[in-house]
Amino acid sequence: MAKIENNKSGGLLGWVDERFPLSSFIKNHLTEYYAPKNFNFWYFFGALALFVFVMQILTGIFLTMHYKPDAEEAFASVEYIMRDVSFGWLIRYMHSTGSSLFFVVIYLHMFRSLMYGSYKKPRELLWLFGVLIFLLLMAEAFFGYLLPWGQMSYWGAQVIVNLFATIPFIGPDLAEWVRGDYLVSDATLNRFFAFHVIALPLALAGLIFGHLIALHEVGSNNPDGVDIKQVKDKKTGIPLDAIPFHPYYTVKDLIGLTVFLIVFTSIIFFAPEMGGYFLEHNNFVPANPLVTPDHIAPVWYFTPFYSILRAVPPIMGSQFPGVAAMGLSVMILFLVPWLDKSPVRSIRYKGKLFKKWLTAFVVSFLVLGYLGTEPSYVWGQFSSALPIIGGGDIATFAARIFTIIYFLFFILMPIYSKKDVTKKVPNRVTMP
Amino acid sequence: MAKSSKKIDLNRRKFLLTATSLTGAVGVSAMGVPFVSSMLPSEKAKAAGAAVEFKVNAVNSGEIKTTEWRGQPVWILNRSDDMLKTLDKNDSNLADPNLKVTSQQPSYCQNETRSIKSNVLVVVGICTHLGCSPSPKLAAKGDMGSEWEGGFFCPCHGSKFDLSGRVFKGSAAPTNLVVPPHKYVDNDTIIIGEDQEEKV
Repeated sequence: MAKIENNKSGGLLGWVDERFPLSSFIKNHLTEYYAPKNFNFWYFFGALALFVFVMQILTGIFLTMHYKPDAEEAFASVEYIMRDVSFGWLIRYMHSTGSSLFFVVIYLHMFRSLMYGSYKKPRELLWLFGVLIFLLLMAEAFFGYLLPWGQMSYWGAQVIVNLFATIPFIGPDLAEWVRGDYLVSDATLNRFFAFHVIALPLALAGLIFGHLIALHEVGSNNPDGVDIKQVKDKKTGIPLDAIPFHPYYTVKDLIGLTVFLIVFTSIIFFAPEMGGYFLEHNNFVPANPLVTPDHIAPVWYFTPFYSILRAVPPIMGSQFPGVAAMGLSVMILFLVPWLDKSPVRSIRYKGKLFKKWLTAFVVSFLVLGYLGTEPSYVWGQFSSALPIIGGGDIATFAARIFTIIYFLFFILMPIYSKKDVTKKVPNRVTMP
Repeated sequence: MAKSSKKIDLNRRKFLLTATSLTGAVGVSAMGVPFVSSMLPSEKAKAAGAAVEFKVNAVNSGEIKTTEWRGQPVWILNRSDDMLKTLDKNDSNLADPNLKVTSQQPSYCQNETRSIKSNVLVVVGICTHLGCSPSPKLAAKGDMGSEWEGGFFCPCHGSKFDLSGRVFKGSAAPTNLVVPPHKYVDNDTIIIGEDQEEKV
């Protein structure tokens, strides 16, 4: 995007513009930021993610006014917020529901990019910023989950921090350094609070800024994956298939926001715990280092990765291979721009092979997500008469199959994306 | 000033720039040390994680008591002669009857009873699977079935351990329960968290 000169206007705006690029900023990023005119449903989620981020910051600020990051007082202070603080329940439910919906929105946003090839050249860096944001968001959610200091907070943190302890050689010392104690304790709660309220939100804000700058540098992709800059109006130099972000997409996003808020408020008012998926039942019991809950499961948005962790059997008495597989399952996203060798971006012009693999990937992700919320005996056991797999948990076996499919989607991508028979991409975007 | 500016010694500039940057980088990394160290267990945490004393004679024969060390339950089980006799019977059903995984007990407990005094078992009551605390099921048979010789049962994922904290085959737990470092200061008093110098 070419820089737009400040208008020479008078008055207060003119006075400001001579000292600060206010008008040109608004033009560059809103009124004269040109986006493809064929955005569909899937293009709501970026703006929604930004909205949820701001809402989490705001509700978070008000929660810290009442919350006490102290192992003795944390649980009671959350109950105090829920019962005694005026509208405290609303602010806390906004924050807890917000975190789950943040992941809903982000997963849909990422799926959109996979579908329409929004990671392909020249948007590789944009994608890398996005994956980094996703990583930090997971860390942010994990740190935040310890703060209510319930049983699930405590034992979830215990299990996750113990994952670090499986790293060969440095593991146990590293886990001790992360906890700041020999077990998850007051020291751990205090530092997780620091990470959750200042370190990560600050880093996230910076990365989101980078993500937006990268987006506005290369311009938005679209459902057709057509490069709209190739056909421009000869006089104005504006792509013929583009419309200014404001007012067209600001208004469209407002509609999306309205629908989102209907869903959001319905959850807050009618099902804030979402049957134990958003707020787990065991977390209504204060943390007790001496008693473990019967069934430990992470919150739903971590369960696909947790399933992968559980699916990998210990090798040579070490849990590390499972931990490594879980780490890889997220890290492999960084490579996607270079794994996809397809000549076209969008699924609309890709062939059957890609569609089949993407479907298999989505199914794997969902099944792994479901299995992660349940104990491994949920589907019973194979008859011990069966050869090779006889006697094992059916769910564990299924998780192994879907873990393999999950990884094959990425590992085989260079092969099937090359072999795939693609259709010809038109010069101009198509409108429904 | 005017003279020296005639000819610029680029090599000298490059050297100075590199030297200054490196020195600066060393300084900045050194500055990281206090911040990284501040996250290690504090002196207070270390003190709380220090050794604890326990009177062994407070546990009658055949009974178990629990104390706390580093926030974990530690069991002191005074095994009766009958209980000690059960230890050999299970060998073929145990995952690691001969204590091949040596990290689960200190060297002075690397013996048949996994203890310093044969009757007194000191063991951390945390399942080696995912850190739950198993329940003592000391009596033979009972609700654990007719094969049961007495031991520990973890309610989380069904792991079973014998009266020496050795894990049964087929349990979710991969290894035997941990025997913490401990030592006798006199005949009736142990200190949990400090190593015995030599076998009593």
